[in-house]
Amino acid sequence: MNDTTAVTRNEASRTDAATRNEAGQRSDAALMPPVDVVEDSAGITLRADLPGVPKEKLKLQVEAGTLTIEGEVSIAMPESMEATYAEVSVPRFRRVFTLSKELDTDKVSAEFKHGVLSLRIPKAEHAQPRRIDIKVS
Amino acid sequence: MYRALFARDVFAELDRMQREMQEAFDLSPSIRGIGRGGFPALNVGGTPQSVEIYAFAPGLDPAAMEVNLDRGLLTIAGERTPDLPSGDDDKAAVHINERFGGRFRRVVSLSDDVDPNTVSADYRDGVLHVHVKRHQSAQPRRIAVQ
Repeated sequence: MNDTTAVTRNEASRTDAATRNEAGQRSDAALMPPVDVVEDSAGITLRADLPGVPKEKLKLQVEAGTLTIEGEVSIAMPESMEATYAEVSVPRFRRVFTLSKELDTDKVSAEFKHGVLSLRIPKAEHAQPRRIDIKVS
Repeated sequence: MYRALFARDVFAELDRMQREMQEAFDLSPSIRGIGRGGFPALNVGGTPQSVEIYAFAPGLDPAAMEVNLDRGLLTIAGERTPDLPSGDDDKAAVHINERFGGRFRRVVSLSDDVDPNTVSADYRDGVLHVHVKRHQSAQPRRIAVQ
């Protein structure tokens, strides 16, 4: 009897948490920035379009094999302005990528200019292609 | 076809699909092409004194951008060179290619009350902001009752 109540209560709280989570996600909806990803033998170059995001509002995070790019759009607008037409309707960008093991996340370098983020993720030393010299005896 | 500029979620994608279907079946589209979805994305707003246009065009050289105002038509044009590896590097592989590259042009028709002599434009963080003032005579006025 007691167990049943516990289960029900558990379930109730779980649904509660789920709704809250859903609502939370809705409130911080974000746009997906378009990206280009190019891989060469030494690493991966990622470019992302994040127009309207100042440098200090850009957040890059590498954690447990995932790369998160997050930016908040901040544009100075006249106070009395009324929007009449909008194609960019959410002032936030977010995108998450899963990284693979051979990438060296300690050596990521980033550059941000005119709203374009350029990320360079080199491959770890052991994953770099090596040329093996063949000795002829 | 046009690329989705900023895909958001499945509903935004459905919305875009519906719009593209409508455009495909529209027998008489505007002479200046399809309004939504081109590069750069545009936001337009207004105050009683001015009209503000924001073009989300990241990664451009401000000197190479062309902004014209001719008889109430504002044109934003330019070119964005795609920085993908050229064909001679056979070791490089393109995994994702979503960013716009090439020439672009977007035209906005402004309301009649703008003053073409007061246009100013600035480019910051990849956003081009065009500011046009409205004519003095078109501003709202309070009339004193005697």
